[in-house]
Amino acid sequence: MEITRRGFLTLSGAVGSGIALSGLGINLSPVQAYADELSKMNRVKMAKQVSTICAYCSCGCGLICSVDKLTGKIFNIEGDADHPINEGTLCAKGAGFFDLTEANKHRLKKVLYRAPYATEWEEKDWDFAIPKIARLIKDTRDKEFIAKNAKGELVNRCETIGHYGSSNVDNEECWLMTVKCRALGMVYIDHQARV
Amino acid sequence: MNNKHEVVKLIDTTLCTACRGCQVACKQWNEMPGLRTKQWGSYQNPPDLQWNTWTLIRFQEHVNEKKEFNWLFRKDGCMHCTDAACVKVCPSGALHHTEFGTVGLNSSRCIGCKECVSACPFEVPRYSRETDKIYKCDLCYSRLRSDESPACVKSCLTGALSIGSKEQMLKKAYARAKKVGGDANVYGDKFVGGTHVLYVLQEKASVYDSLPRNPSVPFSLFVWKDMLKPLALLAAGGVLAGSFLHYILHGPKLPDEPGPNEPGKDEKGGE
Amino acid sequence: MTNHYIDMKNSDCILIMGSNAAEHHPMAFRWMLKAKEKGATLIHVDPRYTRTSARCDFHVPLRSGTDIAFLGGMINYILSNDKCFKEYVLNYTNASFIVGSGYKFEDGLFSGYDAEKRKYSKDTWVLEKESNGIPKRDMSLNDPRCVFQMLKTHYSRYTLDKVSSITGVTKENLLKVYEVFSATGVPDKAGTECYALGWCHHTTGSQIIRTMSIVQMLLGNMGIAGGGINAMRGEPNVQGSTDQAVLYNILPGYLKMPSASLESIEHYLEKYTPVSKDPHSANYYSNYPKFFVSFLMALFDDKATKENSFGYNWLPKLDDGKHYSTMHLFDKMYDGKVKGYFCVGADTANSTPNTRKVRKALENLDWLVGENIFNNETYEFWRGPGVDPKKIKTECFLLPAAATMEKAGSQSNSGRMIQWKYKAAEAPGDGLPVGEITIKIMKAVKELYAKEGGPNAEPILNLYWDYLDRNGHFDALKVSKRLNGVFLKDTVIEDKAKGTKIEFKKGQCVPGFGNLQLDGSTASGNWVHSGSFGADGENKMAKRGKDDSTGLGIFPNWAYVWPVNRRIMYNRASCDVNGKPWDPKRKILEWKDGKWVGDVPDGPWPPPALEGGKYPFIMQKDGVGSIFGPGMAEGPFPEHYEPLEGPLTKNPMSSQLINPAIEIFKSDLDKIARASEKYPYVCTTYSCTEHWCTGALTRWQAWLLEAMPEAYAEIGDLLAKEKGIRNGERIKVSSIRGSVKCVAMVTKRFKPFLIEGKTVHQVGLPFNYGWLFPKDNEDDTANFLTPTVGDANTFCPEYKAFMVNVEKL
Repeated sequence: MEITRRGFLTLSGAVGSGIALSGLGINLSPVQAYADELSKMNRVKMAKQVSTICAYCSCGCGLICSVDKLTGKIFNIEGDADHPINEGTLCAKGAGFFDLTEANKHRLKKVLYRAPYATEWEEKDWDFAIPKIARLIKDTRDKEFIAKNAKGELVNRCETIGHYGSSNVDNEECWLMTVKCRALGMVYIDHQARV
Repeated sequence: MNNKHEVVKLIDTTLCTACRGCQVACKQWNEMPGLRTKQWGSYQNPPDLQWNTWTLIRFQEHVNEKKEFNWLFRKDGCMHCTDAACVKVCPSGALHHTEFGTVGLNSSRCIGCKECVSACPFEVPRYSRETDKIYKCDLCYSRLRSDESPACVKSCLTGALSIGSKEQMLKKAYARAKKVGGDANVYGDKFVGGTHVLYVLQEKASVYDSLPRNPSVPFSLFVWKDMLKPLALLAAGGVLAGSFLHYILHGPKLPDEPGPNEPGKDEKGGE
Repeated sequence: MTNHYIDMKNSDCILIMGSNAAEHHPMAFRWMLKAKEKGATLIHVDPRYTRTSARCDFHVPLRSGTDIAFLGGMINYILSNDKCFKEYVLNYTNASFIVGSGYKFEDGLFSGYDAEKRKYSKDTWVLEKESNGIPKRDMSLNDPRCVFQMLKTHYSRYTLDKVSSITGVTKENLLKVYEVFSATGVPDKAGTECYALGWCHHTTGSQIIRTMSIVQMLLGNMGIAGGGINAMRGEPNVQGSTDQAVLYNILPGYLKMPSASLESIEHYLEKYTPVSKDPHSANYYSNYPKFFVSFLMALFDDKATKENSFGYNWLPKLDDGKHYSTMHLFDKMYDGKVKGYFCVGADTANSTPNTRKVRKALENLDWLVGENIFNNETYEFWRGPGVDPKKIKTECFLLPAAATMEKAGSQSNSGRMIQWKYKAAEAPGDGLPVGEITIKIMKAVKELYAKEGGPNAEPILNLYWDYLDRNGHFDALKVSKRLNGVFLKDTVIEDKAKGTKIEFKKGQCVPGFGNLQLDGSTASGNWVHSGSFGADGENKMAKRGKDDSTGLGIFPNWAYVWPVNRRIMYNRASCDVNGKPWDPKRKILEWKDGKWVGDVPDGPWPPPALEGGKYPFIMQKDGVGSIFGPGMAEGPFPEHYEPLEGPLTKNPMSSQLINPAIEIFKSDLDKIARASEKYPYVCTTYSCTEHWCTGALTRWQAWLLEAMPEAYAEIGDLLAKEKGIRNGERIKVSSIRGSVKCVAMVTKRFKPFLIEGKTVHQVGLPFNYGWLFPKDNEDDTANFLTPTVGDANTFCPEYKAFMVNVEKL
């Protein structure tokens, strides 16, 4: 009997399908000096399992994040064995998905601000950034707003602000952005679909 | 070792696309860091197995006798021999056979003597100077014990990797080699008492880089194993404290934590 | 994608062309290999021998940018060797339609060309109608003006000799591909084509895809399991972001963006609502007004009324004939006319062609807002190579975003499958979902306008913006329901045909786009999402049912597929005119006892031969597949033109060297070196499995960077020998626009081509690298080399074919 990929990490948190190694009649009683209670596998078994979808190419493979119930942190990510497209398997990027979590020290964690002519970023917070950005949007938009084009047709357009992105965020987020841009009268709206 | 619980991992090179899902999945599960490497004119990176890289896809451009071009991919890693030279020479018992017939590595017992490094006919165990220990694939022992396939096998998207009982995998391997035809052949069951990793090779074994044609265990090792090792183990006692638990106790090691060796370089300990 | 990833396993022959599937869509290739294991033939036609080629039955190299010539030769082969699937072609395509008498094609140009504007008037690209408004047809296909005969004439010019000389493919290889693939033109065989950016990244990209569509229609491969044309898209939610129209030219659900000349909603709806007088044509887009009004209702809710045209005139309008794509944005920015720029989840300083121009353009900005999970070259352009930050005025914000597993929401794959994700952990530090950032910014803007007023403030003030949960955080579910559609008041929907009446309460989800209304009683942010929720609020995108009764991998209860959970588009074309499947082994649909059984059919109507029957291509005005396609910018039949920058001075097919309809950008940094001795090698750019796009996410990941650590250029061993370059040595690759330094990967996988009697070498570079990280080398983006030019229909840049030189460093 061949061990299948099935049997690991279902949403319910059940682990093991019982059709894998034990199906070979293998006795799993402890024989080794390994501290099983400390093994990663045991941590996975005890973790909360949350499904997500891969964030690279558009195959839409399923992934399962194992979340430590005490810390709330993800500590392992692997393929979703129940997912009909990838059936638990993953390519290099998918298999390395864990490195997108906060375990990656390069993740951005703070609002960064660079003043005109400055040589460095400064750490700021949302209360600093949001009103400042809103003010820039309004001033830029109002200053050169095009109500009518050269032919005198009503166009209600703002051509001085551009928006790019993103095919790397969710549908709901894309929709909010596209709607926001239209409400502001922006027309230079584009994203990775065109690259 | 001949028990009914033996498992064998089959690597079918004729199905491999070299996506390297296995190479990364292995690091992810085993919490091995990624090190800074150099582009050296090849897709193959790191250039060789190293302490943090237990499974490596080798890329090889090959023109056969008929002048046909082929790009060969081979997943390299521990063969989990039955007559495992590494187990025979290991003075501390860190390297051992598991109930699955695979070769386990209990890092807490490793004393960094590098005997296994010189003994392995496949050049698999790799030494890290910083931790003074050797590292290699243990076929995801903790996963096997939990009824789960190894990280590499689970990730493999084309079915090039599979795992199952020895009997089943042997049958599968030979059937596949027959179906592929030509020079396709099964590699692994005919030496060192049979390995627990089998290949279906697309080309003759001699074509592949870094793949010994007739791997064997030197006779001298039998002497060591059978006569001297028991005495040595007695002397060593239980002195060895491990840093193995570091990986478990301190959570996921960041993938790009600086490695113990120089960036991009690794050494085959014992050389 | 007309079909979906798992469906590839059902194919008998898979043509992978314009794609390196094994490297860029590994999971797609998994299903292709399953087909191969069952006996299918896998063909890779590509300029490069890649990991895909290694696992295909055979690899056929062709010169980058000559795909239309290659496929034009295939059309010629199919027609001259009688390989068509006749019954399909006759009934389900416009092959029998009669082309209007004004239409002409002469020496590379179609009728209606304006050389000065580089644009066509499409007035003569029409199909003739009978007096009752139904298209004229000649079912014998003998009329010299019928589409079939016109097609035959057009492609008879694509002879084996000609095609071989243009593409560099040997005649033997051409025939091998043509024979194997056209063998699927029978009822019990299915052939599919899988492409990706290898086709889009050309000035002729859309027409390459059209050429293949013609092939697939001739062979009867559209609408069937194991068939179709499958665009494997390059980003996790690029299907979804396109559906949501983060694009200048469309609104969500592919509704058209209003243009200046359409001054009223009535005028707009009249223009975009197609009319067909053919009783056999379902003409589904006749429902366009309902979709559009419901979209406006989703935006403005109770502020949109019939009296104010549902807010139509609050929307911005594009100038007629003008484009606003990324390249246009950067052109204008370079000109100093763009002041503010949002760059969300992207690295445009690296990803946009002609990097020198792009990075100069960024210096003209007053402000820049970035939102991402990692830093990148765009957000730090002000201290890039050769840039003095003390001279850069731009005020920059870099906002930390949540990664995909740190937020709930939906994502759509290329098979149009919308899958719901759950939040697994909090974003680190102050990170927030992009949705929440967007809501916060717009809320602050709304407050400013409420206080201070401003020009055309109505759409800002009236924009419905209630998308936070009770704790003040982004509520993806709320947005998603808005996208799906909700009833804005209690509504009774009567179906006279069925004799049913269904009552819906205000606030209930609209169960499908058939229920969307014209009177403003429904709001739907994106009609194609309509049906992703049940009327009871069930989130169908979260479904995890594993049943697959057909065995064809349809999995109808796994997530939700738009439209209406249909897994294979145009699936009624998988049956004959009486509703019997062409191939009983691959039965996705069958007309049985007065109804369709199987996949969700493309509409409930009976098959065309039965009473009340409709043609299968319901989204086409005429209900059939368009072999003659008048919608394209460069002509109704695809024609080979050379890339903007190529090795030839003359197009072997005609006097038109390059695509006559592409826009030429004219800034001082938009230089071109065509057939120049200084830049003699054809160059193409691409990605690899281990990195993603510009590498803006993957270069920060040590496991992936370890596997593919630095920029490299692949060059053939013959060219390397000529240039004295050894494997692993550092080289410089330059075009007239810029240069990059990288490592030479000398390989037998690159071979020179024989083009018009001359040897043409080809080199290739990945575009995954940049200066910001890792910092221990001289790497930067390959887009220093690429030209600012794009496809005439889509403005997708020509990253895949241009000219360079290679020097040893």
